[in-house]
Amino acid sequence: MQRLPWGLLALVAAGLLPLAGSRFYLYLGTDIAIMALFAVSLNLLLGYTGLVSFGQAAYFGIGAYTCALLMMRAAVPFVPSLLAGGLLGAAAALLFGYFCIRLTQIYFAMLTLAFAQIVWAAAFKWNSLTGGDTGLTGVPFPAFLDSPVRFYYFALVVVGLSLALLRRLVGSPFGRMLVIIRENPERAEFIGVDVRRYELAAFVIAGFFSGIAGGMFGVFNHGVFPDFSYWTKSAEVLIMTILGGMYTFFGPAVGAGILLSLNMLVTSYTEYWPLVLGLILAALLFLFPGGVLGFVEARLLRRHHQEARDA
Amino acid sequence: MLEVRGIRKVFDGFVAVDGVNVTVARGDICAIIGPNGAGKTTLFNCITGHLVPDGGEVRFKGQDIAGRPAHEICRQGIARSFQRINIFPRLTVFENVQAALISHRRRGRELFRPVVGLYQEETLALLDQVGLAGEAEAISGTLSYGYQKQLELGLALASQPDLLLLDEPTAGMSIKETRQTIALIERIARQGALTLLFTEHDMDVVFSIAQRITVMHQGRIIAEGSPDHVRNDAEVRRVYLGKAQ
Amino acid sequence: MGLPDPSFLVIQFLSGLTAAMFLFLIASGLSLIFGVLGVLNFAHGSLYMLGAYLAYGVVAWLTNAPGKFWLAVLGASVGVALIGGIIERTLLRRLYGREALYQLLFTYALVLIISDAAKLLWGTGQLSVSRPAVLGGSVPVFDQVFPRYNIFLIILGPVIALLFWFVLHRTRVGRIIRAAALDREMLGALGVNVNRLYTAVFVIGAWLAGLGGALVTPVVTIVPGMDVEVIVNAFIVVVIGGLGSFWGALLGALALGQVMSFGILILPRFSLVFVYVLMAVVLVMRPWGLLGRPLGR
Repeated sequence: MQRLPWGLLALVAAGLLPLAGSRFYLYLGTDIAIMALFAVSLNLLLGYTGLVSFGQAAYFGIGAYTCALLMMRAAVPFVPSLLAGGLLGAAAALLFGYFCIRLTQIYFAMLTLAFAQIVWAAAFKWNSLTGGDTGLTGVPFPAFLDSPVRFYYFALVVVGLSLALLRRLVGSPFGRMLVIIRENPERAEFIGVDVRRYELAAFVIAGFFSGIAGGMFGVFNHGVFPDFSYWTKSAEVLIMTILGGMYTFFGPAVGAGILLSLNMLVTSYTEYWPLVLGLILAALLFLFPGGVLGFVEARLLRRHHQEARDA
Repeated sequence: MLEVRGIRKVFDGFVAVDGVNVTVARGDICAIIGPNGAGKTTLFNCITGHLVPDGGEVRFKGQDIAGRPAHEICRQGIARSFQRINIFPRLTVFENVQAALISHRRRGRELFRPVVGLYQEETLALLDQVGLAGEAEAISGTLSYGYQKQLELGLALASQPDLLLLDEPTAGMSIKETRQTIALIERIARQGALTLLFTEHDMDVVFSIAQRITVMHQGRIIAEGSPDHVRNDAEVRRVYLGKAQ
Repeated sequence: MGLPDPSFLVIQFLSGLTAAMFLFLIASGLSLIFGVLGVLNFAHGSLYMLGAYLAYGVVAWLTNAPGKFWLAVLGASVGVALIGGIIERTLLRRLYGREALYQLLFTYALVLIISDAAKLLWGTGQLSVSRPAVLGGSVPVFDQVFPRYNIFLIILGPVIALLFWFVLHRTRVGRIIRAAALDREMLGALGVNVNRLYTAVFVIGAWLAGLGGALVTPVVTIVPGMDVEVIVNAFIVVVIGGLGSFWGALLGALALGQVMSFGILILPRFSLVFVYVLMAVVLVMRPWGLLGRPLGR
């Protein structure tokens, strides 16, 4: 049962969404797809390398601003702008990461946070470049994607390709090195692994894909704002990752889907979404430490073992 | 092959290692013994790059390695096993050793090929060498202590070292396990023409296979030489061996 | 333009000190809880906010009773201490075996819950509490004036710091707490009831936060969002000072207080970012904060 290509199936199912004919679900679907990429890129650091980053929103914001600015001020087409967003996110990750990986645990997390807040403040204050606290409004869909359905499919393609790439990455020798760094960094050193270099590489890759997600989101949102880099964005994506399960590849994507759908649902009934989120998060931590997907996988595994035993 | 001169390490005013000299020639099997707190593990840590010595120098194959990062020293050809179990507990035994091989062969940079079947034969061969062939798919953290120690050894051997440092390889083992481990180590050392430097508490072990013994006490060397020489040294007897042998 | 008026500078300095004292109250509790329990209590700012709201509530309830402010401070701080104790005893305790990230996320969940609960109970408007009559008015400082209440706070800060230090270093309880910060398992092996110790430390930390919240009510308006504002600053303080370090918390608080106070003057456009730049600079130069010790793995 586990051997089914879940990713591919999910992609196909997602491709059928527009047939439901609802603008609302299309909007939600695009949102989920983009945030899923953001969350999976964070998980490269969190779940696979064991680095808790509180500042991933920095690269999200940088990607968003870069893409939108290139498109609106320099008339660069969408796809190169998007790539530039990713590359600039990666460059920022290289710069910030160089300092951050010298620290451990909570100090590492706080420095990533500090850098993200600095990015936020820069976006907030640099009126001439970023539009200050009013942000960049009126970011248009590119001409070849001028409808929500087209943009949705494009998002699926981008996210699908990115996830496929990341999947390859974590299943590679490089990915295995990251895992052993997570498991026992001291031992990893003593079998010849330059831990810092691998951590920085993971940081840069995560920064690239976070930047891509940010670029996509800025266009989808028709606007880029400083709070794309505010710490609450980092907290949001962190919660998605853990909600879905940080020790599985698709967990964070599932988490993104659940969190955004729940958000949509709850805010239509009450303004007390934080309260609901807090309760769900607490319940999750006590009852489902592996996240939703972790729980599901454990259940499937148990059944698989039982079947194997009974056979 | 390994030359340690005047190594000194101080922790917050406590002198753990004070002016220690050790020389290990290629192919030797040498032991460092001493009571708890003598500084043996600290000395090892200074050699392998886990700690930066406060003084002295460490030369390996003619190169100065003191203070270099651990992964660089490992690449030079030194491998180490740890006193406490230091493996990757949530990975399987196979994956543990495979990871060490991947690192050694510098395949960790590969981003796009699957890791699953990589180095299948070499890994199994290594597991066979340390007596773990039957446990390849077991989660390493669930193994018995003895098996985990063997995995420790396997991880150290995976990098095909020239010099193998073993920190208390038989700590916590039963008599039978100890004998098996020592036979294993000796066989591997002779087979691979490895140079071996180990610390131990178990005197039988030490005297049975070591060619040269260095005795440490309170951070300093108090005796050095062949097993017979050390066995008969008055200072050693007083400090360590206690009552008559 | 010329040099700024020296009395103006003094006022800014005193403002920075006032802010530092509050930060110290919060940060010391935060650092204490981290040092002993190993938990980074994100909800500490929420406890502070609860202290403020509870103080408001008590003052409103006592209407015209004499000394109502001090009763409110007492009531609010004790109330928050109790709430903290209940949270630790019934909920947080179950997460001790897990990874630190889970504990942190739980405290974040608490922030969300408490923040909305406060909105439900007290609404989203701005509330305030007036200064106690005995500390009303201002004192002249050179040719400016400075509120008497703030002076009281500035004096109170070191008093509490000294009291704290005394308890930590000269009493048996304090010694146990310091030992727990260094080696928890050993302490359990020595027969100390570690569970009760944890609860006690959390309660003390919560009490300090509630005290800070109650004391701040005449100075600052009580609004939703004050929890997050204060916890971010408190985090920065303890990280700069070094986690688990008592003097580090004081040092960090003083530094942050002055940076916030003078930052607005020097480069008002970038005042937002000063505290983060300060934290980044400190961490890059001193990876364990100014006075922190390396964390165990």
